[in-house]
Amino acid sequence: MISVQKVSKWYGDVRVLTGCTTEIAKGEVVVVCGPSGSGKSTLIKCINGLEPFQQGRILVDNVSVGDRATNLPKLRARVGMVFQDFQLYPHKTALENITLAPMQVAKRDKAEAEDAALKLLRRVDLEEHARKYPAQMSGGQQQRVAIARALAMNPIAMLFDEPTSALDPEMISEVLDVMIKLAEDGMTMIVVTHEMGFARRVAHRIVFMDMGEIVEDRPTAEFFGGAVSERATQFLSKILQH
Amino acid sequence: MQRYQWDWGVLFRDPYFGWLLSGLGWTLFIAMLAWMIAFSVGSTIGICRTLPNRWLRLIGTAYVEVFRNVPLLLQMFLWFFVLPELLPREAGRWMKRDMPYPEFTSAVLCLGFYHASRIAEQVRSGIDSVAKGLAHAGLATGLTLQQTYRHILMPIAYRLIVPTLTSEFLGVIKNSSIALTIGVLELTNQSRQIESFTFRGFEAFTAATVIYIAVSMVALGLARMFERRSPIKGMMTREASS
Amino acid sequence: MKLDFGVIWHNLPILFDGMQLSLVLTALALSGGVLLGAVLAVLRLSPLPPVAWFAAGYVNAFRSIPLILVLFWFYFLVPLVIGRPVGPFYAALIAFVLFEAAYYCEIIRAGIQGIPRGQSAAAMATGMTQAQVMRHVVLPQAFRNMTPVMLTQAIILFQDTSLVYVVTLYDFMTSAAIVAQRDLAIVEVYIFAACVYFCLCFGASRLVGWFKSRLEVAR
Repeated sequence: MISVQKVSKWYGDVRVLTGCTTEIAKGEVVVVCGPSGSGKSTLIKCINGLEPFQQGRILVDNVSVGDRATNLPKLRARVGMVFQDFQLYPHKTALENITLAPMQVAKRDKAEAEDAALKLLRRVDLEEHARKYPAQMSGGQQQRVAIARALAMNPIAMLFDEPTSALDPEMISEVLDVMIKLAEDGMTMIVVTHEMGFARRVAHRIVFMDMGEIVEDRPTAEFFGGAVSERATQFLSKILQH
Repeated sequence: MQRYQWDWGVLFRDPYFGWLLSGLGWTLFIAMLAWMIAFSVGSTIGICRTLPNRWLRLIGTAYVEVFRNVPLLLQMFLWFFVLPELLPREAGRWMKRDMPYPEFTSAVLCLGFYHASRIAEQVRSGIDSVAKGLAHAGLATGLTLQQTYRHILMPIAYRLIVPTLTSEFLGVIKNSSIALTIGVLELTNQSRQIESFTFRGFEAFTAATVIYIAVSMVALGLARMFERRSPIKGMMTREASS
Repeated sequence: MKLDFGVIWHNLPILFDGMQLSLVLTALALSGGVLLGAVLAVLRLSPLPPVAWFAAGYVNAFRSIPLILVLFWFYFLVPLVIGRPVGPFYAALIAFVLFEAAYYCEIIRAGIQGIPRGQSAAAMATGMTQAQVMRHVVLPQAFRNMTPVMLTQAIILFQDTSLVYVVTLYDFMTSAAIVAQRDLAIVEVYIFAACVYFCLCFGASRLVGWFKSRLEVAR
């Protein structure tokens, strides 16, 4: 469903991505990991066109992301994204955050959109917080609203950019639980994260990146089974210590 | 100073009291019309300066630089004396002879377009200080750039710049005094008229001073009330740290 | 429409003299304004309520009224107080100094208050007195931060000096207006004057921008 073909990106002399190639099939859950600066966030931002890239091709459900003729808003409406620092609209309630795109982009009417939004909030266990503003919610709650917001457009795939990195430790599991349920429901997911427990539990494949390149791209069992490159081993040993 | 004869009563006598009132009326009327031009044109230019299109940004920058590097007095003269000469013959003649209230119109246009350049800067900096991640969050759900500006960036930006916009409005009121150089009988001009008719300069200028200070206090009070009623007080933009 | 730019060429001496006066007035008003502004800033930050209130009152009053009114005030007041007629130059200069001081006071105050308290706490923890802390730690940093803003305010002051037109002081603006009206070359002269002001102010603001980026590198 999502095809990344030899994608490269650079800023002047700095190469951010080099020849990245991978395929994600429908229903697959892929975890992308690697040291900071490895380009993993940049790569998933290229997939929904938030970041441009100079070389290569990315196809999402057979639509080329880099093509000038592509209607990017339309494409982005079909792919949901969750950000590291939640990025909820501070001037809108949780409910309004979720209904904004369905009303403005999918042109649904208010009652229909709010109904669907409440169902999503129920799904992430936050129905009572519908009328609250982001400032009145904890980080974990905000991120769950952000996930609901991304699901509101009925996406064919979900991109997660380090969704738990900005959370206090006690709130990480409530967000991961939502993501695990999503995976078990069959959503196609690309998740940039350090949470290896999560990876082991639901990921079908692990992609390891370092210095802008995809170094490893293997099924989960293989990756944790030990048949990995030296760079990946080093990285794993550092983060699995905790 | 002993030779100065005090006579505060002169301010409340006919016709001087009427002069002060009409002066204040003209000052406020000019300020309000100029503000409407300044706010609409200024917002447009400010938004232009933040758009991805390079030509729009350039036009916005050129506008701001031209209007902020020429003294306001000279701009007033250019609008009143020079513009009618530069227009095609018919239009120029109409401006000089048949247009009603030529001084007033020139003053309003001059102040409007001048303050538009300042408001453009304030709007631009308001938009810039809304975290980039929020714009990305909106785009990621499929909103077009225009929708992102309308529902997310602009509402937040305007709330952020309410204090600077208030002081800008006070600036318009103060700068309306420059219209006296082309013959508009606004407040400062009227106080000068009173001085030249009655030789009671101290009283006349004190009256104008007190009135300006009172107007400024009222405006500040109204702005504070408006800020308090805005639903999210002291809304902060969080910096993304990835 | 025939434009005769020769008028400008013939009157260059007058215009040049006017510009000299504009620049001199700017420089003097700037120095006076910064000095008085600094004094006001110190008063404003004083722990004694009446002192702080006086300074705040001064600043808020001058920032609420138009500069033209201040010019009329002093044009009228100065001869009265001194007891004999005084040319427009000194009246205007006094007006500008007192007016700009209010703006510079706010810039300086913001600069000083913008230095984090942790800085003075750290300095005092090493045994320095309040005065030493000000002199060696707070003020040097504050001035570094404020300088671009103060320079920008100076450019604004230069533009504001054009207002001496209303008290018929022969600066660049007034000279240009006289030439324009006398020689009936309104379009040419005013456009020329606008270009001159634009080049000077735009150039100066670019310099300030360059200076600011140099300051940031030195951090």
